[in-house]
Amino acid sequence: MRRLPILATTVVLAIALAVGAMRYEHFASWGVFRNLLVDNAFLGVAAVGATFVILSGGIDLSVGSVVAFTSILIAALIEQHGQHPLVAIAVALAVGTVFGAGQGALIQTFRLPPFLITLAGMFFVRGLGFVIHPQSLGIRAPFVAETLNESASFLLALGPRGIVIPLSVDILVLTVVAAAVVLNYTRFGRAVYAIGDDEQSAMLMGLPVARTRVAVYAVAGLCSALAGVVFTLYQQSGDPASCKGFELDAIAAVVMGGTLLRGGVGSVFGSALGVLLFGVIQTFITFEGTLSSWWTRIVVGALVLVFLVIQRALLMFASGRSP
Amino acid sequence: MAATKRSADAAGPPAELLEARGLSKSFPGVRALDGVDFTVRRGEIHALMGENGAGKSTLIKLLTGVHARDAGGVRLDGLPIDPASPRQAEALGISTVYQEINLVPHLSVAENIGLGREPTRLGMIRWREVRRRARAALARLELDVDVARELGSCSIAVQQLVAIARAMDVRAKLLILDEPTSSLDADETAELFSVMRRLRDEGLGIIFVTHFLNQVYEVADRITVLRDGRRAGEFETAKLPRLELVGHMIGGQFSAERAAPPKAPVESDARPLLQTKDLSRRGSVERIDLSVGAREVVGLAGLLGSGRTEVARLLFGIDRATRGSVEIDGHPARIRSPRDAVRQGLAFTPENRKAEGVIPNLSVRENIILALQARQGALRRISHARQTQIADRFIAVLRIRTPSPATPVGRLSGGNQQKVLLARWLATDPKLLILDEPTRGIDIGARAEIERLIDELRGEGRGILLISSELEELVRACSRLVVLRDRRKVAELAGADVTEHAVMEAIAHHDD
Repeated sequence: MRRLPILATTVVLAIALAVGAMRYEHFASWGVFRNLLVDNAFLGVAAVGATFVILSGGIDLSVGSVVAFTSILIAALIEQHGQHPLVAIAVALAVGTVFGAGQGALIQTFRLPPFLITLAGMFFVRGLGFVIHPQSLGIRAPFVAETLNESASFLLALGPRGIVIPLSVDILVLTVVAAAVVLNYTRFGRAVYAIGDDEQSAMLMGLPVARTRVAVYAVAGLCSALAGVVFTLYQQSGDPASCKGFELDAIAAVVMGGTLLRGGVGSVFGSALGVLLFGVIQTFITFEGTLSSWWTRIVVGALVLVFLVIQRALLMFASGRSP
Repeated sequence: MAATKRSADAAGPPAELLEARGLSKSFPGVRALDGVDFTVRRGEIHALMGENGAGKSTLIKLLTGVHARDAGGVRLDGLPIDPASPRQAEALGISTVYQEINLVPHLSVAENIGLGREPTRLGMIRWREVRRRARAALARLELDVDVARELGSCSIAVQQLVAIARAMDVRAKLLILDEPTSSLDADETAELFSVMRRLRDEGLGIIFVTHFLNQVYEVADRITVLRDGRRAGEFETAKLPRLELVGHMIGGQFSAERAAPPKAPVESDARPLLQTKDLSRRGSVERIDLSVGAREVVGLAGLLGSGRTEVARLLFGIDRATRGSVEIDGHPARIRSPRDAVRQGLAFTPENRKAEGVIPNLSVRENIILALQARQGALRRISHARQTQIADRFIAVLRIRTPSPATPVGRLSGGNQQKVLLARWLATDPKLLILDEPTRGIDIGARAEIERLIDELRGEGRGILLISSELEELVRACSRLVVLRDRRKVAELAGADVTEHAVMEAIAHHDD
């Protein structure tokens, strides 16, 4: 029963890929798939963070702002303060984590709804980005352009024809795998599920609810910042105005991936599938050519709706009665 | 080696596993527990009994570290303890299984048993070991269930046993079972009891909180009865007649037959205001026949869980009957929602004042106007002047002690909150009031005032259905009593038969 939503996602994804492959000549090629992954790698990383938060029964609206803030912070550190790009990235990741932990601490200490705290965080960080630098800032540092560009690969060069997996995709895959290990094989990960499923019970079972919740938002902050790093490398620039509403894309991907918004049920692999589905829909619209790119949104909206109804129906079926 | 009063101190540990002395706890406005002594021996099942508000759950929460005690001391195995959280209590050997099963439904059985204390290697959970331990814990209870199964897909009984398995997984000395049988059927209860007996025989102390008399006599070795936050007594189950137990719980006089107090003559209005026939709801109450006339106070008596509140909810349309009929003023009535009930002239003050009754952040005036405004519909707004007029009138009539009509109700005492709730319904001029535990948790003075109010309302020609777990109160206020037991009507007493003794007889001896 728990696996049905993720199965539904897999089926929809398979159908979309099959239809695409039949309809368009070059749809089923490594190049197309590679672009799809590169274009959505930062969404994937952010969705991993959102998965932690949603599994714990919360929500994080600050994702897009943190991504934009991270990008302009890295750009400014490199271009205006002469820092080495790796130092800039390390600083950005640390700032994102601390910011996330701060949001978690506020939510936990004052028992405030995550929706409101992260809404405040969203405005706060968005503004902070503009304070660092009011508009887009290109990164010209040779290290970034030559070593950290999207065709670079440190990790994988597969296959006889030398398929190179881009750095951003490496980061995405590593993040997803690491998150899956944490969620499935650590006490912290299991506590996240327990708190999302029934916080009262988790407390009475003696789980460290407060510590876990703060950690969840810290992980989310770290993932948002990492998504910001991937985004910055992808754009080769920082922009404080970018990624408005991006957190909602991440939430949509998580929901399409079969994670219940009420928490406690879901998986990070599901979210990865959700992101893929998101990307496949985009590719579809691009291949169609005549359609406006906004159709991506319409289809995603419809799919999210369908998945929510499926989940609800499953829950009702599982409990054997009407709501 | 100081000499002690205990005789058994010479050899080994004391016979008492848990020894609590003079436990007290107050919450704002309520003295929940007042100098209670409580002991549990090794290898016994000790029933903790008492009506709602008697202090059972407060006592449990003090023992398990959910609340801090105001006064008194607790010894476990002879050593003073003072747990600050359920987690600490567990570490000391006190494990609790709560009435609402506190497990995580979407995780597996194995994980629910091991959660928070999974064995790890290099920070990674060893799932094989988690499952092995869970199987061992379940085997101890002789429960055969696939540990990989999702907990939520198991029956409530199995979930209950899984909760016990979890509690036993830590080195428990004392197991507290809070109303564990309330949602189990007879077979499941029997299975639970055999587990309890086995654990007792292993030397565990078990506190069994319940309100089922039969079950206490079936499984408990000793009984402690609480009443109004005090200990009404500690007994050997075998030496305590059922009638006497009921008497201790609801404070009746069981020894001598008492003459019925003089009553206002029943002005028997031929035509009942409310009459039910065969009223039933599947899985809830069955075949309730009752009638309430004008100028009459009818009481619903019975122990906790006997179906008193369920009847009130049916009458008021909160739950829907699956069978039977209701007549109001001699006409068949279909009450499908509280809105219908209000239109028919019914009013209901629920048992749980805080959760279902007053709205603490709204002012006294707003709370009083609420039902009247609801009946008129939101469009025909009651003017501010008229609101004030109505509120002032009821504050005066009911003697509600409030600094001003604009004070939030949450700041008033329990008795005055209850009066605000009453005022809300009286503003709609109801024909029939259903009062569920109107005096729960309020002090003696306010209690007398509420009782006087009930009598005044009766005098105005209204009908009143009074639900109370205070037997004395029912006998004082009612001219007729309907006694419920196990969700059925077992007796109806009228006139001179309305005595505490008769009620206890009806409750205690309509068993089996």
